[in-house]
Amino acid sequence: MASLKELKGRIASVKSTQKITKAKQMVAAAKLRRAQEAAEAARPYAERLAAVIANLSAATGADGSGPKLLSGTGASDTHLVLVMTAERGLCGGFNANTVKRARQHIDELRAEGKTVKVITIGKKGREQLGREYGDLFIDHVDLSDVKQNDFTEAALGLGHELTRLYEEGAFDVASLVYSRFKSVLSQVPSVQQVIPATPPEDAEVIDLQGAIYSYEPSEEEILETLLPRYINTQLLSAMLESAAGEQAASMTAMDNATRNAGDLIDSLSLQYNRARQAQITKELIEIISGAEAL
Amino acid sequence: MADTLHFSLVSPAKEMFSGEVSHVIAPGSEGQFGVLPKHAPFMTTLKNGVVQVLRAGKDEMRIFVRGGFADVTPAGLTILAEEAVDLAEADKAALQAELEATQLELKSHSSDDGAHVRLEEHIAYLEDLCAAI
Repeated sequence: MASLKELKGRIASVKSTQKITKAKQMVAAAKLRRAQEAAEAARPYAERLAAVIANLSAATGADGSGPKLLSGTGASDTHLVLVMTAERGLCGGFNANTVKRARQHIDELRAEGKTVKVITIGKKGREQLGREYGDLFIDHVDLSDVKQNDFTEAALGLGHELTRLYEEGAFDVASLVYSRFKSVLSQVPSVQQVIPATPPEDAEVIDLQGAIYSYEPSEEEILETLLPRYINTQLLSAMLESAAGEQAASMTAMDNATRNAGDLIDSLSLQYNRARQAQITKELIEIISGAEAL
Repeated sequence: MADTLHFSLVSPAKEMFSGEVSHVIAPGSEGQFGVLPKHAPFMTTLKNGVVQVLRAGKDEMRIFVRGGFADVTPAGLTILAEEAVDLAEADKAALQAELEATQLELKSHSSDDGAHVRLEEHIAYLEDLCAAI
């Protein structure tokens, strides 16, 4: 049985841990609100752009003559996998889940005999995938100096890099593994194809009421300027969703940790009180039996 | 009541404007164009410039957009801009300072660098924006 002093020390240390987790939870909650707002503010743009791309590609890409970014290279031998994770830990299973999904995706592609290249976004994914797939890494995007959810620069840079690599023929298909922010309680690791661009199937088709669209400049030219932008937007919204998911996961994890610490304090306090009482009883018995012996 | 046009202007950062207006003038890449209610379906890319929004009984709104495109459908006009600044809220002095800082930064990059192209674009945008205010 642990001594009273030892128990007291343990209670104090769990209490200070609880204070830290509690503070981290509150920080995550505040950050989550901002991240969520940013993710939601970016949504109308992404949705409208997707709708426009869907309409345009239905008009031009049907015969496979559209730009390469839309119709693909005609092959699918080399796959580029982008893995998006957080820069920091302490957010429960958030990074582990995304990495697990990425690992599954990479293994599937390799089983099909494809060549796989990997770009990691965020430090944690790089660390966790490095041991197994380190030789597949071709690049890394560091998000640690991104402030206040302003991922525009990072997304633009990565978008440029991707289109450049694609033009050079470094890969045929690029897909992105990231955590989709479904709600505060649920982040779904998902795989999304980025290049060749695929407009979402559920995009609303605009009813033209019998009128004919006119384009200025031509449809192809518009599509060519829009597609890189569409890819950048996809990357940007994935980054925003991932950031919101990280904060949500961190908040939940810290909330759990705070509650666990509370339980631990309760059980330690009980043990402490029992030990204290046992000692008092023991001392009383000693005094009484000493008195009786006289 | 006169017909109105549903107009929305969105940038990746946020939805700048959404509502009923009577007339919008936008800088198309092949020339400035105006959109009135019941315009025929039309799509164009935009160049840097000012979008003028006219509303019945209210002051004209001037929004500077950087690139992007406009989409006119029977449902209304949508402008998706790379970046949008409401000229009523823009601060010319701050922009001038940013312009100078960017020009300095440009000098520190070699001309075949990827960042160089981006900085040049940014400078062109800032110059246009300052001129518009």
